[in-house]
Amino acid sequence: MTEMTIEFDNIMGGQNLFLNAVTYTNAIGEPFTVSLAQYYISNIKLRKADGTEYTVPQDSSYFLIKESDPATRFARFKVPVGNYHQLSFIVGVDSLRSTMDITKRTGVLDPAGGMDDGMYWGWNSGYIFLKLEGTSAMAPVDPSGQRKYRFHIGGFGGYSAPTINNIKTITTDLTASGIAQARTGRTANIHYLVDLMKVLNGTTNVSIAANPSVMFSDYSVNIANNYTGMFYHDHTEN
Amino acid sequence: MNKKYWIVIIGLFGVLACSKEMIDRFAGFQQPVNFPEPVYNIAGNEVTKEAFELGRKLFYEPRLSRNNTVSCGSCHIQSSAFTQHGHDVSHGIDDRLGRRNSPPIMNLAWMPAFMWDGGVFDLDLQPIVPITAHEEMDETIPNILNKLRSHTDYPGLYQKAFGSSEITTATTMKALSQFMIMCISSDSKYDSVMRGKSSFTVEEQAGYTLFKQKCNSCHSEPLFTDNAFRNNGIAIGLNNDEGRSEVTLNPLDRYKFKVPSLRNVQFTAPYMHDGRFLYSGSRVRSL
Repeated sequence: MTEMTIEFDNIMGGQNLFLNAVTYTNAIGEPFTVSLAQYYISNIKLRKADGTEYTVPQDSSYFLIKESDPATRFARFKVPVGNYHQLSFIVGVDSLRSTMDITKRTGVLDPAGGMDDGMYWGWNSGYIFLKLEGTSAMAPVDPSGQRKYRFHIGGFGGYSAPTINNIKTITTDLTASGIAQARTGRTANIHYLVDLMKVLNGTTNVSIAANPSVMFSDYSVNIANNYTGMFYHDHTEN
Repeated sequence: MNKKYWIVIIGLFGVLACSKEMIDRFAGFQQPVNFPEPVYNIAGNEVTKEAFELGRKLFYEPRLSRNNTVSCGSCHIQSSAFTQHGHDVSHGIDDRLGRRNSPPIMNLAWMPAFMWDGGVFDLDLQPIVPITAHEEMDETIPNILNKLRSHTDYPGLYQKAFGSSEITTATTMKALSQFMIMCISSDSKYDSVMRGKSSFTVEEQAGYTLFKQKCNSCHSEPLFTDNAFRNNGIAIGLNNDEGRSEVTLNPLDRYKFKVPSLRNVQFTAPYMHDGRFLYSGSRVRSL
């Protein structure tokens, strides 16, 4: 076994992402800044050219990527030595883990996450898969007096009654931009550029003015569908 | 002294010795014979005296709130069947008010979903909601864990309960669950009749017959709830609380709330999800 990493390098519309400092513009022309950007990556699987697959053991396969904490940009795990041509992972937390006993929810899955940057809904038990927050002159003044937008996207399909399922699996063919060569004593790094502009722009171009707060609602499905397009495999460092 | 008195005194001591033994022996979770199997995974959190007592201490621990003023027991008062007597909607930190009535804590091991809208599917996850709710305890779990870690008693109590003085989200929630699932209502007159230990009076029997005809389809025996979510036809509340549909996003679930148990009903007033009925008779009249 040897170490491998996936790097989630957040960008915004082709530029580097800077929290609070830079104003970006979405597809429908609304200016906005970003104060918080974070998401879960889980259930990592790798496939060789011959079709054999390696699934990273589930207990070691949950990562919370936080733009505010550069140390979290790498998902770090161990794989058997070999050449991997395809990678897949879930954006969010699978339904099984979302309903597991609390003793199995440690580390980034601890539902203790604080109210401000927590990634867990207490009132409707489940994880928030992705959070994007910031300000926009187009957002209406909220009860706190700010012009903020808040996207908290989650929903694992429901426990006793079916409801929205925003669990998204991303599968990337690595051959075009570099397969991952796992070798003893080296750490292959699969480097993604993650364009958070895709949260707003895509099949649905999201208006911040019309949807300043998207949380557990039917509309959240549009945003989750949008962000499946945000992962660009840029290169692999072997 | 008269021989008869001696017999009485010895008999009395016998009773005392017996009840002392009863108190000292902690029986753990006992399945009432006329109840179904519990929903809660008892095997995953076996009730011990030490963890139960830790859970009880946590339940009455005001440090679980932001300014150490409100405990679980503030809105779940034992003498009112663990409800907040005299409050239509729950009254929390800084005199803030919630939007729903505090439900009793009773027979939770048999309850598949919690809160009036059923948004919480595991008892171990339930306390996170009131602890973090703005109008209830307004605290964070990391803060309470730190408060408990720096307390003189808690590390030792966790050590006794779970074999480690480490205080985690999981052990804290498991201890609270142990206390809550032990709040069992299974010794009413009804239960004693069902177990063949006594019998109803003529009036009680008539009431029971009527109940089975008119009420039992939702307030099903022996828990006196079917744990379903129903719109019972009362007017939409002034705050337009949509209930179950908030967690399912299903328009058909609008204005549905969990059917509450009728056990201890004489202590759980006021009634309904928003406490709008002060007397049980008002609900019957509304039917």
